[in-house]
Amino acid sequence: MSDQPSPASTPKSDHVVIVGAGHAGGTIAALLRQYAFTGPITLIGDEPIAPYQRPPLSKAWLKGEADAEALMLKPDSFYGEHGIDLRLNATAVAIDRAAKQVRLRIGEAIPYDVLVLATGARARRLAIPGVELGHVLELRSAADAEKLKAVLGPGRRLAVIGGGYIGLEAAASGRALGAEVVVLEREPRLLARVACEVLSSFFQAYHEARGVKFELGADITAFEGADGHVTGVRLADGRLIACDAALVGVGALPNDELAREAGIECANGVVVDLEARTSDPAVFAIGDVTFRPMPHYDRTHRLESVANALEQSKQAAAAIAGRPSPAPEVTWNWSDQYDLKLQIAGVPFDCDEILVRGDPAGAKFAVFHLQQGVVRAVEAVNAPPEFMMGKQLIASRRPVARDRLADTTVSMKEVTA
Amino acid sequence: MAKITYIEHDGTEHTVDVKPGQSVMEGAVKNNIPGIDADCGGACACATCHVYVDEAWLEKTGSSTAMEESMLDFAEGVEPNSRLSCQITVSDQLDGLIVRMPESQH
Repeated sequence: MSDQPSPASTPKSDHVVIVGAGHAGGTIAALLRQYAFTGPITLIGDEPIAPYQRPPLSKAWLKGEADAEALMLKPDSFYGEHGIDLRLNATAVAIDRAAKQVRLRIGEAIPYDVLVLATGARARRLAIPGVELGHVLELRSAADAEKLKAVLGPGRRLAVIGGGYIGLEAAASGRALGAEVVVLEREPRLLARVACEVLSSFFQAYHEARGVKFELGADITAFEGADGHVTGVRLADGRLIACDAALVGVGALPNDELAREAGIECANGVVVDLEARTSDPAVFAIGDVTFRPMPHYDRTHRLESVANALEQSKQAAAAIAGRPSPAPEVTWNWSDQYDLKLQIAGVPFDCDEILVRGDPAGAKFAVFHLQQGVVRAVEAVNAPPEFMMGKQLIASRRPVARDRLADTTVSMKEVTA
Repeated sequence: MAKITYIEHDGTEHTVDVKPGQSVMEGAVKNNIPGIDADCGGACACATCHVYVDEAWLEKTGSSTAMEESMLDFAEGVEPNSRLSCQITVSDQLDGLIVRMPESQH
């Protein structure tokens, strides 16, 4: 702790209530204790288990390479030992800002001095007939992942709706477990909303070579079933893609209703500043639910990533504990598929040039997104130096020597030398 | 169980029992020891669990993989005894291990 807390810091006896016990909520609770905050902390989560990591649910955990214990952010004993009142299976249904209370579904009202909203995002649902059938699945929670794992195995047929990262990771894990996988994507290419064409075609070819089938430009009209379970996906052209299970991965929506109904400013998520503070100074919001400033880009955006959840946990914990604000980080994310490690830094806002370094045929390359010669984002496949240096280039906001960046005989350290 | 001592950049020491099979990173994170961020949770994707392995333990902790090596290459303050702690698996042979943390992981 600093000897001189800033005047804005929270008195140490204040009660911090965190709504949402996911990666962001669990992290800020632990960080507050690391930052020597001694007031009471209540952590409210609607799932039956303590905070855990979600990324492995479509990757290592699904393939059986990580067990449930490895997923947990902290051991169950941690919360009691650190004076954190972890309320599981508890759903917050309203915030009374005037009375400074959070109301739970069971009727209990929990008073707060500082409120942290870490309510995350939920899977977007398809509005087509048959979505309620058994084995039509989504993948956000550990419970979702259990259901998916139960239907994967040698010879089982999985239809993945949506060729985004979740869908592709599940496809790769499904293949590793011996399942037959077909990916149905509405757009004419994979990863259409999140990555460039170079990456789309690379991932498609890599998956095809490992037995995944693709239906691009697929217009899905219904799930069809028998005995209450899905048996196929009907397309607008009349074809039926037979399957034993369907995983829907078509994006996520912020769980910002609590904030909206309480009159806290929202856009595409809860609007926050660089301290993760909302329009109500007593209320913070962190993680997937926020619509946040992007200081390296001079704009606002909603991010869905662990890196974002952790950065905002640090911002809010620092503000609550009276520490200096952390320096802004370049946002990043990753995806594991087969033996590929994709690392993404930055966001390709308003880019006018794409520069490929390395050869996609060798499964070791990076795609740099430039705006007027300045690197704004990088997607690196099995290329950690490009990712690590790419982050620094994005933060520098200075034009880069394009010819050197494209030349793999010039090392990433020399590119900026 | 293996006793592992984590020393923060300011000299604060934390000695905890870590279960064999867990990584040195997990031993720190699950005990809420500051100084190891481990943003990616052990996927070798972020280089925020950088530690300096005490010289006496270098041989027993083994060598780093190519992926780890190239991530570490771009971390702050890298030394010859630098490792990513998510890539060191705890075993009985590492009972007594000492690692030190860098000033910052970001």
